[in-house]
Amino acid sequence: MTKQVQQIDRVIIRFAGDSGDGMQLTGDRFTQETASFGNDLSTLPNFPAEIRAPAGTLPGVSSFQLHFADHDIMTPGDAPNVLVAMNPAALKANVDDLPRGATVIVNTDEFTKRSLAKVGYESDPLSDDSLSEFKVSRVPLTSMTVKALEEFDISKKDSQRAKNMFALGLLSWMYNRPTEGTLGFLKSKFSGKPEILAANVAAFEAGWSFGETTEDFAVSYEVKPARLPAGTYRNITGNLAISYGLIAGSQLSGLPLFLGSYPITPASDILHELSRHKHMGVRTFQAEDEIAGVGAALGAAFGGSLGVTTTSGPGMVLKAESLGLAVMTELPLLVIDVQRAGPSTGMPTKTEQADLLMAMFGRNGESPVPVLAPQSPSDCFDVAIEATRIAAKYRTPVIVLSDGYLANGSEPWRLPAVADLPDLSVDFASPSEDGGEFRPYDRDPETLARPWAVPGTPGLEHRIGGIEKSDGTGNISYSPANHDLMVRSRQAKVDGIARDIPELEVDDPTGDAEVLVLGWGGTYGSIGAGVRRVRRAGGKVAQAHLRHLNPFPENLGAVLRSYDRVLVPEINLGQLAMLLRSKYLVDVIGYTKVRGLPFKAEELAGVVQEVIDRV
Amino acid sequence: MKDFKSDQEVRWCPGCGDYAILAAFQGFLPELGVPRENIVIVSGIGCSSRFPYYLSTYGMHSIHGRAPAIATGLASSRPDLSVWVITGDGDGLSIGGNHLIHALRRNVNINVLLFNNRIYGLTKGQYSPTSEPGKVTKSSPMGSLDTPFNPVSLALGAEAGFVARTVDSDRKHVTSVLRAAADHEGASFVEIYQNCPIFNDDAFEPLKDPGERDMRLLRMEHGEPLRVGGDRGVVQGDYGELQVADVAEVGEDALLRHDAHRADPGYAFALSRMDYPAFEHVPIGVFRDVDRPTYDGRMAEQLAQAQAERGGKDELAALLSSGDTWTVD
Repeated sequence: MTKQVQQIDRVIIRFAGDSGDGMQLTGDRFTQETASFGNDLSTLPNFPAEIRAPAGTLPGVSSFQLHFADHDIMTPGDAPNVLVAMNPAALKANVDDLPRGATVIVNTDEFTKRSLAKVGYESDPLSDDSLSEFKVSRVPLTSMTVKALEEFDISKKDSQRAKNMFALGLLSWMYNRPTEGTLGFLKSKFSGKPEILAANVAAFEAGWSFGETTEDFAVSYEVKPARLPAGTYRNITGNLAISYGLIAGSQLSGLPLFLGSYPITPASDILHELSRHKHMGVRTFQAEDEIAGVGAALGAAFGGSLGVTTTSGPGMVLKAESLGLAVMTELPLLVIDVQRAGPSTGMPTKTEQADLLMAMFGRNGESPVPVLAPQSPSDCFDVAIEATRIAAKYRTPVIVLSDGYLANGSEPWRLPAVADLPDLSVDFASPSEDGGEFRPYDRDPETLARPWAVPGTPGLEHRIGGIEKSDGTGNISYSPANHDLMVRSRQAKVDGIARDIPELEVDDPTGDAEVLVLGWGGTYGSIGAGVRRVRRAGGKVAQAHLRHLNPFPENLGAVLRSYDRVLVPEINLGQLAMLLRSKYLVDVIGYTKVRGLPFKAEELAGVVQEVIDRV
Repeated sequence: MKDFKSDQEVRWCPGCGDYAILAAFQGFLPELGVPRENIVIVSGIGCSSRFPYYLSTYGMHSIHGRAPAIATGLASSRPDLSVWVITGDGDGLSIGGNHLIHALRRNVNINVLLFNNRIYGLTKGQYSPTSEPGKVTKSSPMGSLDTPFNPVSLALGAEAGFVARTVDSDRKHVTSVLRAAADHEGASFVEIYQNCPIFNDDAFEPLKDPGERDMRLLRMEHGEPLRVGGDRGVVQGDYGELQVADVAEVGEDALLRHDAHRADPGYAFALSRMDYPAFEHVPIGVFRDVDRPTYDGRMAEQLAQAQAERGGKDELAALLSSGDTWTVD
């Protein structure tokens, strides 16, 4: 049977199942196939904090959404065109997100009376008319997988578990994905278990063949590769990009990398990744707590390393004390906060950007710290390098605000040429030739940074600490005038970084927009996609996105004042808006939502249009 | 002889035991044989933590309780340095108790000197985690309800490979213990009984009074019989506990010979319990001196091993392009 192949320009697929169904793996494999095919893509994993919530329940549903296209895209998509639901819970948890006409592929084997009752379905949605506005494909995924694997000498449980590979095979057929990558992946994953390997390959191929032969799937789809700029690409998540950026920062600065960290969702993957690169001289220290993680990183920085600590909000709180010490001792230190929904434990696996004001002000005393935020998964690489540059050059702790959405989401990344990366080499202090006394708090007249004198250097022995330092000598000082001077000097040092960062770029294609949308961090994609929609509909709107949050770019005030209205969407209750209003006295309009999820492009487009209409 | 005094004026209360410890430490450093630039003193908060300012080495006077964590990062990234942590009973056992026990169990190559005056000095006289039960202070007018830590027992429980105790007023003994601690590779823990003349004066008087001290101090010397005074010594009781007996009664051969190198910490722990009831018999010297692999040493080995397995460092470009890539023309 020859099947029809239909060309489409983009599609959003969501794989949803029980936590134990392997949905993250399935989504990840489909993403890799899609990446190697050359589509542009963006992903959104969404999973519970519980390792295994009770099977078949709504809290146990884990999903992975992938948006891919033949053109460049900015978000994982608002609403899936295709939902793969491995059980009734997965259907119930996701069906409200589907637009009319969406395709739903359900695993009918799991739609038993008991499973339906477990999630509160009074009647079977597959037989009542509740799914009438969707195209529903009923596939007995479990039993077909078990049947396909009858010949194999494996347990029934193992053959049932291969159903995600069956589903992946079916979807791979539907969207004409290349399969070599997945087959290679299975080979390496199950290299020690030939029988399980053969079964998983067979399940994958059975899914593919099912699509090819069954009449239920009359059409397969083709999404042509996107026309991306020339280069070598790979798919990358934010956490991986931060890890690579830190290694790059270490190599470019010549400072050995030392990570002090305590496991915490969603930042742990950075610790995992960096601990795999000992051959590149990376030292990782899993500390007894968040405080020891940052303390050890600061100790290593005193010794001449690039000291890094990684965490999320609840850990960030505990690091405040050591951050203050880093401010006082004026040592380089990188603090990566992968934000999650708070306060307190909050929602560990859900995203938010509500740690901005804590990063800015969450310490005792006047304690200025530069703050940066990446705007996309791959941008995490560049921001880690920029944070290294600022920390090393200005001898200051730097906070990077990533978030759960960037950390776990992925997109294609064009590999940079290493030769094009900046030279971050550092000059440690060396003894003066005249043998004069070393003054650890003499400042560089341009950067206001103090010398970084590393233990082991003869003649530069000195003492630092958390008590106020005397200007120049660094000795303990309680002098009123000295304290005033030092507080202002530390502030001036951080403020002065504004002269050393790019001006804020504004994307205003028509040049006469009256409304500016200004965002920061992980909302870049959603805002950009929303702005595109408005422009396609004829609206005029400018977009700008802040990477440097402390200090702000020098032209920010002028940019804000050059628009009639400034809209600031944030996944918090208006933290950047508060900073902008207080610093620039500009009456920005906040748009906020804290649902643990990224903004939807359509929603933002509506908000932008409303603001335009009101001008 | 190199002088390890810094140019800073020493500011402790007159009569503070810290002066004696500082003098002993400054006197000891030249024989350590390490150039001053390779010595780093890290402290937390409290009276004892002013120590780094008075030594002409590198130093960091950090934050309350965190010195072991900061020193761990420094020592594990710079195995070439001699790193000393100076702490007190409040800093090291209360706010920083967690960091202390973990640094000891990891066996990071640091030397921890815990000045124990059994009181909070810098905050002006509250009870500390080593204050005796019922201690009346400003914050415990009816007596402290806390059961105190025995710092030596705690360190042994935390798997410390080197544990010792000394007394501030006995400079010769302080120096001998510092020497042993410095010679030990890995974490060493030294409790120093230190008198606070302002808030807890004479807390250790029974151990200092010439008429009494020899009846109470149990000077441990490796390989020598454990003796208290001239005519008493330590024997093992029925359940492995240690007891003091008259030598005349039990005979010379029944006395235990001190063995600081026993792999099993049970014996050292039993010794550490001998100062109850308060100060009846107080062992001083080295309780335990056992070698095991150091954290920083093992970390360096893993780095070297990883490099050997990969045949050297990867180029950055190779790292970035690892995994599945594709090319767009």
